[in-house]
Amino acid sequence: MGLRMANVISDDIIEYVGILAKLELNQEEKEQAKKDMESMLDYIDKLNELDTEDVIPMSHTFSVHNVFREDVVTNGDDRENMLSNAPEQKDGAYQVPKTVE
Amino acid sequence: MELTSLTAVELGKKIKAKEVSVLEATEAVIAQIEKLEGNLNCYVTLDKEGARKRALEVQEKIDAGELTGPLAGVPVAIKDNMCTKGMLTTCSSKILSNFNPTYTAEAVKNLEDAGAVIIGKTNMDEFAMGSTTETSYYGITKNPWNENHVPGGSSGGSAAAVAAEECFYALGSDTGGSIRQPASFCGVTGIKPTYGTVSRYGLIAYGSSLDQIGPLAKDVTDCATVLEIISSHDKKDSTSVELKEKDFTSALVDDVKGMKIGIPRDYFGDGLDKEVKEAVLNAAKVLEEKGAIVEEFDLNLVEYAIPAYYVIAAAEASSNLERFDGVKYGYRTKDFDGLHSMYKKTRSEGFGSEVKRRIMLGSFVLSSGYYDAYYVKALKVKALIKQAFDKAFEKYDVILGPTAPTTALEVGKSLSDPIKMYLGDIYTVSVNLAGLPGISLPCGKDSKGLPIGLQLIGNAFEEKKIIRTAYAFEQTRAYERPEMVKGGEK
Repeated sequence: MGLRMANVISDDIIEYVGILAKLELNQEEKEQAKKDMESMLDYIDKLNELDTEDVIPMSHTFSVHNVFREDVVTNGDDRENMLSNAPEQKDGAYQVPKTVE
Repeated sequence: MELTSLTAVELGKKIKAKEVSVLEATEAVIAQIEKLEGNLNCYVTLDKEGARKRALEVQEKIDAGELTGPLAGVPVAIKDNMCTKGMLTTCSSKILSNFNPTYTAEAVKNLEDAGAVIIGKTNMDEFAMGSTTETSYYGITKNPWNENHVPGGSSGGSAAAVAAEECFYALGSDTGGSIRQPASFCGVTGIKPTYGTVSRYGLIAYGSSLDQIGPLAKDVTDCATVLEIISSHDKKDSTSVELKEKDFTSALVDDVKGMKIGIPRDYFGDGLDKEVKEAVLNAAKVLEEKGAIVEEFDLNLVEYAIPAYYVIAAAEASSNLERFDGVKYGYRTKDFDGLHSMYKKTRSEGFGSEVKRRIMLGSFVLSSGYYDAYYVKALKVKALIKQAFDKAFEKYDVILGPTAPTTALEVGKSLSDPIKMYLGDIYTVSVNLAGLPGISLPCGKDSKGLPIGLQLIGNAFEEKKIIRTAYAFEQTRAYERPEMVKGGEK
């Protein structure tokens, strides 16, 4: 295994990841996030020491099969209780800021 | 003798024999909480009144012969990432500071059906991300053995509450060691079951393919008893498994003759504290003297488990935590300009820095262009790690090693260097990646008087082998209580 390149995270990448993650970071947090992610990725690059060319990626450790059920509603109407946790509600629905102009 | 020093099963017997009432047991725990909680902060939420009321209800059912199980009437603490209907469930995060679930997690419901009295919800690392319980929004939890040290994490509140006798047993969850490592740091016993053994319904997800609920208690008997009650096939969790046998308590047998125990050489290399090493190897010797066949072997790939784990866990976390956006539950920011600003500000204000760090990393490794290089690569390494364990279990019944490389760390020493903190999970994470069961139980103390944990790992669905081995080892030493709970007792 040769020398590994240190990862460099650009401002653009941090900006983009912030959009994906729906997080708003201030300048200081962005700098910290860059540093953290670079060092994490440098560490994660250790995985490249392993030849995994012919390995099938494993998402489940045991053989799992689809679990089917009839498409019928089994849970009751719990609207009022569920809405009781909502930060804002109106007319039996979750209230959110205007989504379309 | 103080009531709180009993194990859960011992107390259950006394309740059944009418030597102790459920209310007496509940009051004993509440008194202990009032005495120590100011120092330790094991709980995020306490429900003393609810517990007293529930104690009377359970007593009635016991008296009527409706509740006959071993843990009927025994007070329990629940980690704050399991939903409890009508009882605040925060995940130790600001973003869920006002969340009252409308339903109860299946594992908790199973306990309730067996007559459990819930005392409250225990502190944890925010969203179970951490190994010290220092990332909680609700303050740190202290280790009952030494208040300058952390209790471990993420189920640190549960482990500390058991050690401090602020409950008779507790539920925790384990994604990369979050039951076993705090059990080790606090001198108690904890089991991370095989993935699928306990329903995850109502467990607020961190890394769904790795998360598993399990017990923390004073001894192996309690843990096996709790596991027997909480494990169930649940249609509401499609990864929950219909077990062929779940009579875990039948494995509480003091006999390891012929048991084949493998010690991975790779678990005893650099970074392992000398005193921990000695105590763990001594435990292996004890088991050998009891008739087990103990052998060293090379497990391989140990150093790759942590990087693979952090990619997979962060990826799943970034997806699982998308639901916290200020719409359906939890915190919503006060000032915002439109929907997206509301999402972003809510999440940025509601999550702590370790959670944000993992969401950012997870979003990155799943993003287009990096998905194959990081996420798929980690899933391939996971397959190799599983193969390494498969190979080991062709030869051995049980794998024995330390739970953590050190004893409990000092408060305030871990969070500044994340990678160093993550390395503390080196002996535990691979067990989650491979979906296997693991148990941590005390095997000694270091020169600072802090407990040392012994980890036993079993093949999938072979909990009984690790329970049997742990039980046999446990018979050779007495349970030790921290000084602070001994009180005036001499």
